[in-house]
Parts: sequence; structure tokens; C-alpha cells
Amino acid sequence: MTSTSWRASNTPAIEIHDLHKSFGRVKALDGLDLNVAPGEVAGFLGPNGAGKSTTIRVLLGLLRSDAGSARILGGEPWRDAVRLHRRLAYVPGDVSLWPNLTGGEAIDYLTRLRGKADKKRKTELLERFELDPTKKAATYSKGNRQKVALVAALASKVDLLVLDEPTSGLDPLMEAVFTEYVREAKAGGTSVLLSSHILSEVEKVCDTVTIIRGGRAVESGTLDDLRHLTRTSVTTVIDGDPATIAALPGVHDLTSAPNGAGFRLTFDVDNTAMGDLLPTVGALGVRSFTAAPPSLEELFMRHYGDELAADEAAADRAGQRPATRGASDNTAGVR
Amino acid sequence: MSSATAHSLAERPAAARTRAGTLAGTWNLVRFILRRDRVRLAVWAGSVVAFYAYFTFALDTVFSDPAARQGRAAVMETPAGIVMGGPGYGLDDYTTGVAIANEGIVWMVLALATMSILHVVRHTRAEEESGRSELVRAAVVGRHAPAAAAVITLVLSQAVIAAVGALAMVGVGTDMAVVDSFGVTIGSGLSALVFGAVAVVFCQVMDHGRGAIGASLAVVGLAFVIRAAGDMRELGGSTLSWFSPFAWAQQMRSFVELRWWPALLSVAATVVLLWLGAALASRRDFGGGLVASRAGRADARPTLRSPFVLAWRQQSSALLWSALGLGLMWYATGTLMPEIGSMIGDMVADNLAAAQIFGPDTSVLSVTFLGVMIMFAALCCAAYAIVLGGRPNGEERAGRVEVALALPVSRSRWLGSQLLVVGLGTLIVLTVSVYGMWLGAVTVGWEDQTFADYTVVLLAYLPALGVYLGLVAALFAWLPRLTGLAWALLAYSFVVGMFGGLFELPDWALRLSPLDWVPAPFLEDVAVGDVLGLWAVAIVLLALAFVGFRRRDVVTT
Repeated sequence: MTSTSWRASNTPAIEIHDLHKSFGRVKALDGLDLNVAPGEVAGFLGPNGAGKSTTIRVLLGLLRSDAGSARILGGEPWRDAVRLHRRLAYVPGDVSLWPNLTGGEAIDYLTRLRGKADKKRKTELLERFELDPTKKAATYSKGNRQKVALVAALASKVDLLVLDEPTSGLDPLMEAVFTEYVREAKAGGTSVLLSSHILSEVEKVCDTVTIIRGGRAVESGTLDDLRHLTRTSVTTVIDGDPATIAALPGVHDLTSAPNGAGFRLTFDVDNTAMGDLLPTVGALGVRSFTAAPPSLEELFMRHYGDELAADEAAADRAGQRPATRGASDNTAGVR
Repeated sequence: MSSATAHSLAERPAAARTRAGTLAGTWNLVRFILRRDRVRLAVWAGSVVAFYAYFTFALDTVFSDPAARQGRAAVMETPAGIVMGGPGYGLDDYTTGVAIANEGIVWMVLALATMSILHVVRHTRAEEESGRSELVRAAVVGRHAPAAAAVITLVLSQAVIAAVGALAMVGVGTDMAVVDSFGVTIGSGLSALVFGAVAVVFCQVMDHGRGAIGASLAVVGLAFVIRAAGDMRELGGSTLSWFSPFAWAQQMRSFVELRWWPALLSVAATVVLLWLGAALASRRDFGGGLVASRAGRADARPTLRSPFVLAWRQQSSALLWSALGLGLMWYATGTLMPEIGSMIGDMVADNLAAAQIFGPDTSVLSVTFLGVMIMFAALCCAAYAIVLGGRPNGEERAGRVEVALALPVSRSRWLGSQLLVVGLGTLIVLTVSVYGMWLGAVTVGWEDQTFADYTVVLLAYLPALGVYLGLVAALFAWLPRLTGLAWALLAYSFVVGMFGGLFELPDWALRLSPLDWVPAPFLEDVAVGDVLGLWAVAIVLLALAFVGFRRRDVVTT
């Protein structure tokens, strides 16, 4: 009953504004904003240590935030934890189970506490995920522990799924099964927060993406919105001199190799500079031209790469990191 | 040696080569263990050496007068004295050295054996369980190398403790014979090694490190009882005594007529056990026990639907085995009562001095014996409360609290379930221990103390155990890294309970131990104020635990 009224009311599933959380001197979250509309599948991307899990743990009321606001399903995560948890299911990135319980028992325990357990649904999920429920949790591999948590989460009828790198340890076949169930949950009106650094997974199922780095959101929007901001990868074979292309503003990371009489070029171009690029390329005698929209991978690598560079700068200042790593990264674009 | 290996390698039988291979990397692991555990080992060594030194100092100063020493010797002839002490060599001239050999060794072996067991399991089975060993074993490290490294580092630390401990005794005491001092420390160290080797064997048989620790400690307890029972039969120990490694240190008769050969029994037993451990290790898979775990239920029982039921399920096997083990042990102690009564009669008849010291009413002696046993039982139950009270902390560090609290379960409900199960378990083990003793005594016709008397004792000890549980819980909520402090309180209570009089501690120092607030069993009346005070402390600590756990972050991995 409550769930229908909540869905009808259009309250955001997750609403985070200017969230701060520090552990001692380490700032894990530094003014994070994140919104998930009802019924939306939101991707939550970031490198390790960006603050994804900290955010999720604040949302679950496991950690108390220092400043800012976080609301989940219209409630306050710390104060209303129990009431809210009835309506959500959580899959941690590294699942720890009770070693003397079998997988089947752990699933039953988790689903029963959330509400009415659906035996048929459990059987179906166990079959689809190819999980043997009679083994003791202590003997499960990481992937199988992950499956236990996934089955328990997907077997519950909830309004929100909070998934923290849920497919780590799963093989590609199982990932496909997982994707299918996330789509099914979305079709049923369930909101999903999917944290990941597996980009293809996010690309496949998410409506919106928030990229987080250093405890704050650096990009967020629909996939199309984000692509709009980015560059297109171009591979072209031309007869003329590539120097004119290299000189164009908005062209990055150009590499050229002799190809027969001409050159084979690969580079990235800002979408805004595309208008200037095409006539220039056309004047150089184009043999072939392919332009690919940026994959999320590239989108992600730009932020991730920035952070790596920043980290390295910091480490270099501290004089800790061997020079070779930084050097190879710097030259990567030039070649 | 090396020149011989070069040319004989090819001809050497395959088995021999494999054996050398299974030990590859041992020295690297030895260095690693010493590095990783440098603080831990130093604390163990420091504590044991300090105990050697302080024991010597206290005996020298408090019992400087020969009459006082002989009084102490007379106590050592009583059943309680024998259980807590040794076979009774040299009681006619009870010098500090003799007293240490007779009374100190049993505690040294107990402490060092615990250290040995924890050390061995920590570096073998527990490492396998955590998955760390998988990384190590994938390197150039042989199958037996982790266990070998654990044993080598154990031997090294025992050697250091024995050497420094003996020198400390010689340095602190007056007229302490050097060779005999080494006899005490080396004998104790070798006895403890036997239990370390027992742990190596159990590490192969058991499925989990916790099981290996429990089983090994049970062997220590059994050895303790066998030695005590054997020594009670006759002065200097009977044949039965010799079945216990404790006796192998005590029977060296340090400071009386030192003989070294009983120590060889320890060495031989250690070698045999290690050989057995190695043989078993070759037969099992990495990470597995010899007994493979069976498939379980696909669906949970209908009752598994609350944190309380889950906590009960998680603790039930520990509770079952503790209740069974402690119940049997204290039942057996109860059955000794008539024998002890007649022993005391004989002793007083034979020994005029003893009669003078203890007075005409010798029944007090048997009650005192019972009281000491009850205090031991209570200490065991307190240990149970601390171990199981530490489970919430373990759950949190393993990341399971995160899973549990992401469910519609409040923090108070989760912590309350855990603590309620521990509390019930503690009540059960205490009940089983106390009534077990009563039942044992009644079975053999000893009815000086009634069922009601035992019930009063049980009720008096219960709040004291609540204090230990409350302390662990409060530490878990506020200072989770310091839950070990509860063990410090237990160790302190033990030392105060056993040696408080000997060390001449001031009154307030005695009162720091919760057990000191409990009236002497069967002798003193229950002071209602004290009991209520203990309850109050326990309840305040538990309340603090709930307040603290509700307001802090859950530690996440």
C-alpha cells in the first residue's frame, strides 16, 4: 500500500545535496550531489576510493554524514533506517555471509526480514543464476557469495535497489542475467542505484549517470547529455599533410602513421570543433573516414585519467612514486 | 653438507626431495612472522618474564620468615593447594625457589601453552581462512612451510622467554640457584611447546581456526585436570600425573633435586605430534579440514526470521561444547569431594603443624577447596562471556553487520539479540558448572552443601559475569579496537583471586576485580548491597553499549 502511494507522489528515490563525510583527516565525501528520480535506473560511476561506497553507506544509515542532506525514498536515512530498509534491498560489493549458514538459508533470512518471502521467485532466481543453495557460505567463491546477495535482493519486492558493484566476481553470462533482471525491475517501477566501474554494464541499463571523483559529482545527466560534452574519436586515411589537422583547435591526441602514399590518422575532436574539421579533412584527399561516438569508457577515462595525473603530481611532490609511471602516462597522448 | 647435496641430488629418492620442497620458503616466513608479531610476542614475553620476576620478589619479601614459609607449605598439601600448585617436592624446606617450582610452573605452563596455541593457529589455520595464506602459498613456499615457520618462531620465543625469565628470577631473588632457575623456565617452555604441537595437529583436523583453538585449549584443560588428579593421589605425584605435560615440567624437581630427563618427554611428545601434523597436512586440501563439510539445507527453517534466532544459531555450537565440557569438568571435580575430605583428615592427623595452622575445624578446608573451584568455574564462564561478547565485533569486522543493518533491523535490536544470546549462554554455562559440581558431590554422597547453597552461589556470581559482558559490549560500542581490555580485566581478576593475599595488594586494588565483590562461596553471607552494586555496574555498562552503538558509524571494510 505504502509503496503505491510513494510512487504516485513522485518523491525522488534518492536526493543528496552537498553531502560531506570525513574519516579523520580523509575527506571521503566533499559536497556530493546526487538525484535519482522514481523508477529511474541511475549509474554511479567512479574510480576506487572516489566515495561510492561511502555514499551508499550514508544512504543506508550505516554512516552518519557530517554535513549536507541525504534523503532516500522520502525519508531520513539515519533516523528512519528501519522503516526505509523495508522498502529497499542492498547488494554490497564484497558480500560477507554467515559462514555456518547455507546460501539458501542466507537468502531466506534476508528476504524474510524484508517482508514476505516468495519461494517460487527464489527457485527461479537460483536456476537463472546457477547457484547451489545447499553449500555452506564459508565454501562459496566470491562470485557465488555475490549471487547469494543478488538473489536475495531480486527476490524481494522493493521500491529501490541499491547495488554496490554488484557484478564483481560474476562471469559475463551471469552479468547478462543480472542486466536482464535490472531491466525487469525497472519495468516494474523499481528505482535502481547501480554503482560500478564496469562501464559497459552501466551503459546497458542506466537512464542517467553520475560520475564521482574525490567525493564530489563531476558529471551527471543522461547518457546523451554526457556524450554531448565530449569528443568524438576519428580515424581517417588522407593523402595530404596532416600538419594542418594537428594545428586545428579542438583536435587532441593525434597520431599519424604512413599508409601507402598518405597517412593514417587517429585523433579525438571536440564535438564543437567538428564543423571546422570536416572541410579541412575534405581538402586533404580523404580515402576513408570513421567517426565513433565516445564510449562511456572514454568518458570515464577522462575523469579517471585526470585523477591519476593529479595523484601522480601529488605523489611526485612527495617524492614517492617512481618516475617511469608518470612519464609513460604523459607520453601516451603524443607518441 | 652442501658439497654432498650437489652430487647426490639426482640419486636421492623422490620422497626426500619432495619433503625438502614442502619446506621451501620457511626462513622467509620466519622473518616475516617475527616482523609482523614483534609487538605481540614482546608483550607475551614481557608479561611472562614480569610474572616470573614478581612471583620471586613477592615470595622473597612476604614469606621471608621461615615459619610463614612452612605455613604456606602446609597449604600446599591441601587439595586446593595441590590443584593450584604442584606435586609437593621440597615441602619440608619451602624456600622461594621451591615455591616457584611447586606453585608457579603450573601457571607458567598454562600461560605459555595458551600463547603457543594462539600463535600456531594464528599463523597457520587462521591465515588460510582469511585467504592471505593463498597469496603466500602461491609463491615459492612449500606446503609445510607456514606450519614450520610458526613452530620455529614459537621455539625461538619460548627460548627467549626461558632465558630472560630465568635470569630475571636470579636477578630479583636472593640465593636463587642459576641452573635450577633455568630448570623451571626451560621445563615450562618445553611443556608449553607440546600444546603448540597439539594445535598443529588440530589445525589439520578441524575445519576452522576457532575450532582448532577450542580443541587445543580443551587438551590443556584435560592435562591440567589429569596432573591435579594424579598429584592428589600421593605426594610427589602418582603414575597418572605422568600422563600430563604439566608434570613433565614439575617432575624435574627444580630447586629440590634437579633432574633433566622429564623434559625429554616434552621434546619427544612435541616431535611425535609435529610428525603426525605433517603427515595429516599432506593428506588434506588447502583451506579444508580432513573432514569435508557436507551439503546443508536449501531452505532455512521457518524459525530463522529474526536476528535473535540467527545469533542463537551462530553461537549454539560454542555454547553446546562449552556447556558440555565445563559441565563434565566440574561434575568430575564434585565427585572428588569425599576423597578430599578424607585427605584433609589424614593430613591434619599426620601433621601437627598443619592442625595448628588450620585449627580444629577441618571442614572449612574442604569448603575452601570448593570455593576456589567455584571461582575457577566463574572465571571460565567469564571467559565464555568475553569470547562470545566479542562476536559482535567480529561480525562487524567481517562486514556482516553491514548486511544485517541494511535490513529492516534497528541497531538496538541487532545488538540486543547478540548480547541476549551471549547473556543466556553465560547463564547456561554457569548454571551447568555450579549444579554440575553439586551433582558430582551428591552422586558420591557428599551432602555438606545443599542445592540451595549452590543456588545462592550461582545467583551471587551472575551479576559479576554480567560486568564482564557489559564491559566487552561497552568497549565494542565506544572503543572497538580495545575490546581486548576485557581480557585484561579477566587476567587481573584471576591474579587478584589467586595471589591477592600473596602480593599484599591494597583493598581498593582487590575491589577492582568484579569477583572480589562476590562473597566467598558457602562461607560468607551474601551482602545484598554488593550484589546490587554489581548488577548496577553491569546494567550501566550494557546501557552504555546501546547508546554508543546507536550513535557511531558502522566500521566498513
